[in-house]
Amino acid sequence: MTVAPAVSIKNLKIALPKSAERPYAVDGVSIDLIPGEIVCVVGESGSGKSMCAHALMGLLPDTVTTETGEVLFEGRNLLKLDESGWREVRGRGIAMVFQEPMTALNPLMRIGEQMMEMFEAHNLLTPKERRAKALSLAKEVGLPDPERIIRAYPHQLSGGQRQRAMIAMALALEPSVLVADEPTTALDVTTQAQILKLIRNLQRSRNMAVMFITHDFGVVADIADRVVVLRHGKIVEEGSIDAVFKNPQHDYTKALLAAVPSMHPPVRAPLDENARAVEVIGLDKTYVTSGGWFKPDRRVQAANEVTFSIMQGETVGLVGESGSGKSSVARLVMRLIEADRGTVRIGDVDLTALEGKALRAQRHRIQMIFQDPFASLNPRRRVGQIITDGPIARGTDPKVAMQRARDLLGMVGLDAGSLDRYPHEFSGGQRQRLGIARALAMDPEIIVADEAVSALDVSVQAQVLKLLEDLKARLGLSMLFITHDLRVAAQICDRIAVMQRGVIVELKPTAQLFASPEHPYTRELLGAVPGQSSPSQAA
Amino acid sequence: MLSFVAQRIVKGVFVLLAIIVMNFFLIRLAPGDPAAVMAGEAGASDAQFVQQLREKFSLDKPLPEQLFIYVKGVVTLDLGFSFRQQMPVAKLIAERLPATLLLTLTAFGISLLLGITFGTLAARFAGTWADTAITVSALLFYATPIFWVALMSILLFSVYLGWLPSFGYETIGGNYTGWAHVKDVALHLVMPAMTIGLFFMATYTRMTRASMLEVKRLDFVKTARAKGLRDNIIQRRHVLRNALLPVVTLAGVHSGTLVGGAVLTETVFAWPGIGRLLYEALLQRDYNLLLGVFVVCSAMVLIFNLVTDLVYRLVDPRIEFAS
Amino acid sequence: MKKFWKAMLRNPGGLIGLVIIFIAIFIALFGQMIFPNSPWRMVQRPFLPPFTNPMVTLGTDALGRDVFAGLIYGARVSLLVGLVSTTVALTIGVPVGAIAGYFGGKVDDALMRFTEFFQTIPSFPLAIVLVAILQPSIYSIVGSIAIVSWPPVARLVRGEVLSLRTREYVQAAIVTGQSNTWIISREILPNALSPVIVLASLMVANAILLESSLSFLGLGDPNLMSWGYMVGAGRTVIRQAWWITVFPGIAILISVLGMNLIGEGLNDALNPRLAKDSR
Repeated sequence: MTVAPAVSIKNLKIALPKSAERPYAVDGVSIDLIPGEIVCVVGESGSGKSMCAHALMGLLPDTVTTETGEVLFEGRNLLKLDESGWREVRGRGIAMVFQEPMTALNPLMRIGEQMMEMFEAHNLLTPKERRAKALSLAKEVGLPDPERIIRAYPHQLSGGQRQRAMIAMALALEPSVLVADEPTTALDVTTQAQILKLIRNLQRSRNMAVMFITHDFGVVADIADRVVVLRHGKIVEEGSIDAVFKNPQHDYTKALLAAVPSMHPPVRAPLDENARAVEVIGLDKTYVTSGGWFKPDRRVQAANEVTFSIMQGETVGLVGESGSGKSSVARLVMRLIEADRGTVRIGDVDLTALEGKALRAQRHRIQMIFQDPFASLNPRRRVGQIITDGPIARGTDPKVAMQRARDLLGMVGLDAGSLDRYPHEFSGGQRQRLGIARALAMDPEIIVADEAVSALDVSVQAQVLKLLEDLKARLGLSMLFITHDLRVAAQICDRIAVMQRGVIVELKPTAQLFASPEHPYTRELLGAVPGQSSPSQAA
Repeated sequence: MLSFVAQRIVKGVFVLLAIIVMNFFLIRLAPGDPAAVMAGEAGASDAQFVQQLREKFSLDKPLPEQLFIYVKGVVTLDLGFSFRQQMPVAKLIAERLPATLLLTLTAFGISLLLGITFGTLAARFAGTWADTAITVSALLFYATPIFWVALMSILLFSVYLGWLPSFGYETIGGNYTGWAHVKDVALHLVMPAMTIGLFFMATYTRMTRASMLEVKRLDFVKTARAKGLRDNIIQRRHVLRNALLPVVTLAGVHSGTLVGGAVLTETVFAWPGIGRLLYEALLQRDYNLLLGVFVVCSAMVLIFNLVTDLVYRLVDPRIEFAS
Repeated sequence: MKKFWKAMLRNPGGLIGLVIIFIAIFIALFGQMIFPNSPWRMVQRPFLPPFTNPMVTLGTDALGRDVFAGLIYGARVSLLVGLVSTTVALTIGVPVGAIAGYFGGKVDDALMRFTEFFQTIPSFPLAIVLVAILQPSIYSIVGSIAIVSWPPVARLVRGEVLSLRTREYVQAAIVTGQSNTWIISREILPNALSPVIVLASLMVANAILLESSLSFLGLGDPNLMSWGYMVGAGRTVIRQAWWITVFPGIAILISVLGMNLIGEGLNDALNPRLAKDSR
């Protein structure tokens, strides 16, 4: 540590409004950012990591106040700056990349114009030179066909391209510090790998100091030089990447690391002998958006000849990136949307041939657990109602149903007092448990879990996964597990189907898929999973 | 772009046709003999005229045929004859239309300009006395009946202050020409235009303010700040431009209300437009004229809607034409 | 619910609106018992200025009728028309929007074409034409106001239902075997309610304005005294007797303002996220 830090955050304390659940969002945090080094600030939701990033840019929301601390940059304390002083620093000294590139770009302005604003803001160059600079920046961040891209509007770009444009913008004035707030969280895993590489390369070639905010330890392993672990606004552990991963000191860090699912699938007994619980044969689904009078219709094939089956007691994973059609397949299997062609058979009942009452009578056999723990429970109904509505509609006596609900709550690790409460009184993980209880109340044979743990913090995710596994074994259920996260799939699935553009490109027992992927896309997907080279996973 | 316009025009024509068909049945909803109803009540019609009407509208023929004849008439711009005014309805409307267009477009322009200005100011100084003053006045004007504003402004500016003429399009017997005439009309226009304008100004002020406060929170505004852009550039280029989209939509939705406002304002100020014509038709129970004006009002709204839709598509690149 | 009232009462605008409308409702219900003077009867000499005779505080009109009595009787018409026509508009708009949004496809197309058609027709002229042809009466007024004001309800409800329908808890209800009626009434509509309530309060305000405008043009129910009628009757004599037009106008203004304030208060109380910045 002979190099002087580019920025030093010293004993930063940011107070939350009085109504918040804790007094400080950031409580006495000190971080040095050194040129040529990437510092990852890691933590779960609500740890205050994003606040640290925003404090560096003077972009904290009005509701919080900086109580004490200093942010030293080029010999000045940034926290003492007025608005015009901040403007001088922003973009030029310290630049920022945000999480969601779609909303971080102005939808009404061309990409090039938004890049050129960077120079305009600091009165640099002539408009013509700015244009040339925008073009060369677009090239530098690897945007294809830069001439066209700088004339395009944000909605015409893909997510990865938008994030590249954001990065180009941030680098325009060659800042000495880059703040990246979860820059790859909204992206697919293969795109994420590319963006991480880009940031790494640019940081090296420009010798920038980078503060990289993330919740994902895989990403940390791939990109960090140094790690700062935040919890409830306090630093619990700090050190070089090797030190933190190989020899974590704090219990919280240890727990977080342990909760990251491993890329090595556990050994599983083959279930080929069992009867088939679900059989999906040749499902086709094409979404057609009408193009109007003079344009051809737009067609997106969400499922193309999708065929697979699930044995009794088996978990089949459906893995793919956004737009691969995996969620559509889940909804087709559930008969939430209608297939163009194909059959879904549960035991010996053809679900796709049923309508109306006959369909409703069979629905209880296959139940679903949803992705979003906040959108999957009706905010206006009590937990008791949410769990018992289904069984009562099936004709179960309300009293019996309520007693069953009480048992189920215990089963998913919640106390029976929860019955009279409303969903908003529960945390994300607890809500997901409620969702599981609701599904189990129907006495299903099959559970379809659609990204059921994706919205959860890593420690909660591990608990919910374990719960699912236990319940599945105890009740002899079969499961269709939809996920974009190969690590999660490795841990829970007996077999995995990889989907790309509506087609299952590879379907194999999990261990075999990880050991010898055949399809190029499967290989790309496996290669893109972050954190495979990390010290802790190397062994 | 062209295909979009074509599509919308065809759609508009269908709506207009539907309105004409609706008119046909509306007349038959009125109690009494449709011919007599069309001729106008209260001794306005003589037997001969009623007989004429009966033949003209083929009231002795079966209903579908009557409908066809009626629709054909309207489509060929034959809106019938106003017995009361002794003139074809189409001609009456054509005479009055320019005055209404002058009034409504002026009012629309003023209200949009002032509304956006005040809305922007209120949003920029949200929470200050300036914001409170603008918000409260907008709330008041929004709740004031247009006809009452018209009367109160006559009371204030004509009766007490004597600044502005209280009725008409120009000074009767003034015989002004050239600039003097323009000035004369402009003076007559001030109060009617402001009367309609105040209500819409209030609407646009409220919408602009709310929309700007909403946009201000969006991520790209934070990006703009992170670039080190000056606040007034951020407000103008990033916040206002995005905030105006819902205002454009609102302007389209409110075009019908604009026409409704013209009816009341023209009535009070004796402004010789089609709104006043509607009132005259109403007083004389001249249903033929009433429905004629109504069809033309609807056509105006349709055209106005088309224009606002086009504008919206021009300012928002996310909407592709013909999709 | 408790929280909601707290938020509503903390909002000064909403509170003022509630007080105004409470007073207006009180006058509409009991005003005629307390001031039994008929608004149609000549009680004094014509054109008696206000504040000169304590028996007729607000003066008399061109026929010597008590302006104050007119205000009291007019409250009933304004509120009645406002509330009833809004209720009727809701009973048309909510089912149309809910069905269109929930079932989608061709049903949605057809219903929305129908709604758009009504929305394109300029509402006030349509109301005039309807009342004129059906003959002015309280029924034709309420009916025509309802007919011109239901389309926004249908569109709002459709939009809400459309977005709620894809919400995961609604899908959960489908996969647990609930029927369509159950899902619409238990899972979807309760969650679409808040924006509809806000819209409804603004619609009442709008209906009061529409009714007064119709009465102003002479299309009011000839048997009922209303504020718009009073303004219309006083307009020809405005140079001699300002009070005949000024007082009923203020009455309209205040009640419309009251309803608008309630609407905004509801909006802030039901969408707390928006409320924070707008103050």
